[in-house]
Order: sequence, then C-alpha cells, then structure tokens
Amino acid sequence: MISFEALLTHLLNGLAYGLLLFLLAAGLSLIFGMMDVINLSHGSFFMIGGFIGIGLVGVLESFWLALLATVLIVALLGLVVEVALLRPLYYRSHLDQILLTFGLALILEDGAEWIWGTRIQSLRVPEALTGSVEIFGAVVPVYRLAVLAAGVLLGAALWYVLERTRLGSIIRAGVADREMTAALGFNIPVIFAGVFVFGVALAAFAGFMAAPILGVYPGLDFQVLILALIIVVIGGLGSLTGAFWVSLLIGVTQSFGQAYFPAAAAFILYLIMAAVLLLRPEGLFKRRYA
Amino acid sequence: MGVEGIGRGFFLRVLLVGVLGLLVAGCAGAGESGEGEPVRIGVILPYSGVYAQLGEDITDAMELYFEREGNEIAGRPVELITEDTEADPQVGVQAARTLIEREQVDVLAGAVSTAVAYGVIDITRRDNIPFVIANATGNDATRQGARNVFRVSASSWQVSYPMGEYLVEQGVDEIFLSSADYAAGQEMSSGFREGFLEAGGTIVGEVHPPLETSDYSSYLTRIRQADPPGVFSFYAGSDAVRFVQQYREFGIEAQLYGPGYIVDEDTLPAQGEAAIGVRTILHYSPDLDNPENQEFKAAYEEAYDRDPTVYAVQGWDAAWLIGEAIKATDGNTEDRDALIEAMENVEFRSPRGPMELDENHNPIQNIYVREVRQLDDGTIDNVMIDTIERVQDPGE
Repeated sequence: MISFEALLTHLLNGLAYGLLLFLLAAGLSLIFGMMDVINLSHGSFFMIGGFIGIGLVGVLESFWLALLATVLIVALLGLVVEVALLRPLYYRSHLDQILLTFGLALILEDGAEWIWGTRIQSLRVPEALTGSVEIFGAVVPVYRLAVLAAGVLLGAALWYVLERTRLGSIIRAGVADREMTAALGFNIPVIFAGVFVFGVALAAFAGFMAAPILGVYPGLDFQVLILALIIVVIGGLGSLTGAFWVSLLIGVTQSFGQAYFPAAAAFILYLIMAAVLLLRPEGLFKRRYA
Repeated sequence: MGVEGIGRGFFLRVLLVGVLGLLVAGCAGAGESGEGEPVRIGVILPYSGVYAQLGEDITDAMELYFEREGNEIAGRPVELITEDTEADPQVGVQAARTLIEREQVDVLAGAVSTAVAYGVIDITRRDNIPFVIANATGNDATRQGARNVFRVSASSWQVSYPMGEYLVEQGVDEIFLSSADYAAGQEMSSGFREGFLEAGGTIVGEVHPPLETSDYSSYLTRIRQADPPGVFSFYAGSDAVRFVQQYREFGIEAQLYGPGYIVDEDTLPAQGEAAIGVRTILHYSPDLDNPENQEFKAAYEEAYDRDPTVYAVQGWDAAWLIGEAIKATDGNTEDRDALIEAMENVEFRSPRGPMELDENHNPIQNIYVREVRQLDDGTIDNVMIDTIERVQDPGE
C-alpha cells in the first residue's frame, strides 16, 4: 500500500535533507580537496554561524541581512585562524593540523557555551518561507525547498568556478604543485587564505540555513562534524562532486529507510559508509587533483 | 638502565605509601562528624552538555531552600558538594563514588538521567546512604524496593498512563504513538498505551525514531498519511525542539499530546509559536494558584532572575525532604536508618500542590493537564486546564 504521493514525498524530503547535508559538508570537502587540510573545527564554525545568525536576526530584524552579516563575521574569524594558527602548519603533517583544528574545536565549543549557554536555540523562518506546499500530492515544507534550491545553486556555482574559470585553474594548480605555481608568479599564501576563508564562510552559511531545522546548541558542532566527515569519506576524500552526490544518496536512502525500515534508521548512514569502504575504499569519486 | 629502574621503583613505592597515608588520615578526619560539623550533601547533576540547564535549575532551587534556612539545619552548617555527571552513566556513577568515598557525604541527591539513577542506586543501596532522585523518571528506580531511595520527581508511568484515560474521557479514542527510541521513550509509550487501551482507545499507528534524529520528515509523513485525530509523543531537549517544529512545518493538523517534557519551560523559548496548542501532562504547572507556588516563584525569581521550571520545583522538594528529615533527627545523620525513617515521615509543602510519598518512596501527587498558550503579555507558556488528582505509581 505504497502510494505515489508517499513515494514522491519521501523523495523530495530526502533530496532536501541531502542538499542540507551537502551544504554542511561542502566547506570541509573544499578545504580538504583544495588545501589538503583536515579542518576538524568545521562543525564549530557551523554552530557559531547558527548562534550569531540567531542573534543578528533579532538585531537586524531581517533574515537575509542577518545571513549576509553572519557569513561575513564568521569568514573574518576564519581569516584570523588561518593567518595566526594554520599558516605555519601547511608544511607539517596531517596529524599536526588535526591536533590544532581539534583543539580549536574544543575551545570554540566551550566558548560558545560560555557566551550563548547550553540551551537549544532556534531561528525563526521569514514569513514567506513558512508552511508547506503540495507538489503532485506530496507535502513539502517551503523552507525545505529553499534549502534544496540553495544547495543546488551552491553546488553548481562551486563546480563552475573550480572547473571553468581561471581562478579555479590557479587554485587547482596551487594544490598540484605549490612551488611551481608560486614560481609562475601567483601568490600562494593569499590563494590558500582565500580558500580557507571561503570554506569557513560555507560552514557559517550552512549553519545559518540549517538553524531553523536542526536548532543550535553546544554539541551540534561535533554531530555536524561527524556527518560531514562521513560524507567526505564516502564521497572520495576531497572530491566536491563526490560530496554532492553522496549527500543526495544519503538523504534519499535515509528518507526511504526511515519510512519503510524504521528499525534500521539509526544505522543506515553507517551501513552505507561500511559498504562503500568495503567495495571502493577510495570513495565513490576519486579526487582529481593533488 | 637496571639501576635506574630500581631507583624509580623505590621512589614510586615511597610515593604510594605517602599518598596512602594521606588518604587514611583524610578519612579519619572526615569520620568524626557530629554536632556542629557540617551536613554534607552530595549533588550529582549534569552541569555540562545538553542537560546542563536542568542541573543548574535543580541546584539553584536546592541552594534557595538552604539559604532560607540560614544555611544551617539543626545547628549544623550545610555544605552542598556538587559533581558533574555530564548525563553519562559512567561519569555519573564515578561522581557518586567520589562523593561517597572521598567526600564522605551524608546524603546524595540528583540524577537527571535514569541510567545514572540506576547506577547510583546500586552503589548507595549497599551502604544504605539516602539517595534522593531529583529528576530521573525510570519506573524501576522506586519499584525495586530499595529503602534508601527516594524520588521527588515522578515515575514515567505517572506522566504517561493518566493521559490515556483522560483522552478517552475527552472523546479522543484514536491516537498515533511516536516517541524517541530509548529507555525513557519506551516507558512513556508503554505507560500511555496501557492507560489508553484499558480505557477503550485504539492506537492507529506507531513510529519510534532514534535519539538525536535531525530530520523527522519520513516519520512525520507517516503520521500525516495515517491522519489520526491525535498524536502522543515523548521527546526531550533538542529532540523535542526539532520534533515539534518540524511537526508544524509539515502542517500536521492532529492535536499533539505528550508528557510535559516535550514543551518544557526549557524548550519553549526555542519552539516558540510552534508549541502553541500542544497539550501535555506533568506533576507541575507554572500557573498553579496555591500559596506555596506563589511564594516559591517569587523567591526563585528574586534570587535568580528567571522563572522556576519543573526541575527547580523538584530541586526545592529534594532539599526540603533532606532538610526537614535532618531537623526531625536533631541533626543526627550517622544513624542512617533513623534518617531514612525521618525522610519517610516528612510532610511536604511543595509548589506542585499536595504531595506525599508512597511505600516505595515515590510521590503520590496531582497530575496537571496543561496547554501551551500565548499569554496576554505575549510570552508563550503552559496553562493548566485540568487536574487528575492523587496519581500513585502502581509499584510493579
């Protein structure tokens, strides 16, 4: 007794959740793919984006202005981190970077608890995006459609910039061979700072967009980090294209799984990860650079 | 290398003996408690993590009680010694051990999570140390006949079963059941199911998502398709916020019911308008009109500049139970049997209204039916709409 409406509802909600996952993994994937840095404070920037966003929506009384301001503020924080902490570690091992960014994540969580408290907070959606709509009998909340659209647009824009523009090819060249690209006259430190700041800004953007659905609280940072790491691992380390398709795969599988095999709901995600790691240890999509 | 090894081993042994000596001396010192010595009350609550706010509310209310007593009970100064349980059973049990063995506390109070409560019951039972559960609702905590265990919150049964009967009386005889898939969720679900089925209701569907689900859309779609007149749910903390918000987001029209924790004073600020109309049962409602509640609210607001929650009420009653019992024994906390007996006979003056302990040391109390409404001043809060009087846990 599975109706067409039900299938479509699960599909659309799964796609929307998948694109939310893509939003939250994109920054991590980008920084890893472009800079070969595993940024374990990714979830923290996500959470801080949510907290600052909630504060700013109250002050500015505009969802969109607050979104813009949040992304800028957190990006600035990212710049400080890159210049002051991360830059000296580029030529060191992954382990050093992991230690640094993990330590930073712990500090940021404690800081967030100190500033915003431990209570869960939530972000009110603007009037135009409240409620739900019916699409061929399937019911989908309007805000989920907005998240879906944001995810698709972001994915397309990232792909275009990296694959089709001069800036993209410089970044890819910088990753492939730092010294050679620098010798050609490109300012590698500036490019790397730019990529890191952009990745952090993506985390803040995702944190803001997800706040009405997930809420914001200390502890969310590590939940998000784990999800994002899983996506990046399944997608193929550092492959943005991989992260995109894997997010959709997880979103849709989870949606149908929860609906028709609720007993398995808690571990569907890990099942997918285990299967991929067994069959294709390098991830579904191979990283093309580096 | 070898010589160095012997040297280090010797040094370590000396160090260990020294530490041991200090420990023994410390224990001897703490053992001589009597007249004028402080009453040591161990408090095990989460002060970090998702339930930190609950821990703070309970502690603040306990401190409020003792402050009003001049921080002295029966001529003995009162010392609250707090340990963070982080809502992790292992940390919680370790914290209780520290308080019992190192701090030599006379009484233990706290336990937000049921898992912590069960662990602590095991270690306090042997030494007969009075343990006052200030929040955990696990039915078995007071059903296993441990004489040293008292509860001032409620059993899961008390905040779920009565709603089954109540709804059928109200003409709601079809319910969809949905709760988080863990111990407390299962107890609340089965308590409700029992009461509802006995009263003649029909469960039209059930779905139980795992804890910390971030996206409820598949579950909500199933509820929507079943199109029931009402949904009974148990979620707490961030799960409650997400579930209630997404419930509204999907435009489900079924009336939402549940134990009070789904639209708690703690989650309401984040849920906002999404919570309006939700009906729940709990052993407290902030608008209760009795003098004890009015007095408590005024004192709590003055001291901490925020409204008391059900957790604060539980903290107050926990401190009351301990304080009044020690008064009754004239400050003697050494004779644990006498102290426990005194606790059994304490008369409560609780902000929640009438309250007494049954033979299992679980409260017999009124259960209030509340509805979330927007008040005249614009705030969103629970309003009492009905009272189910003197609800007692069946004890088995």
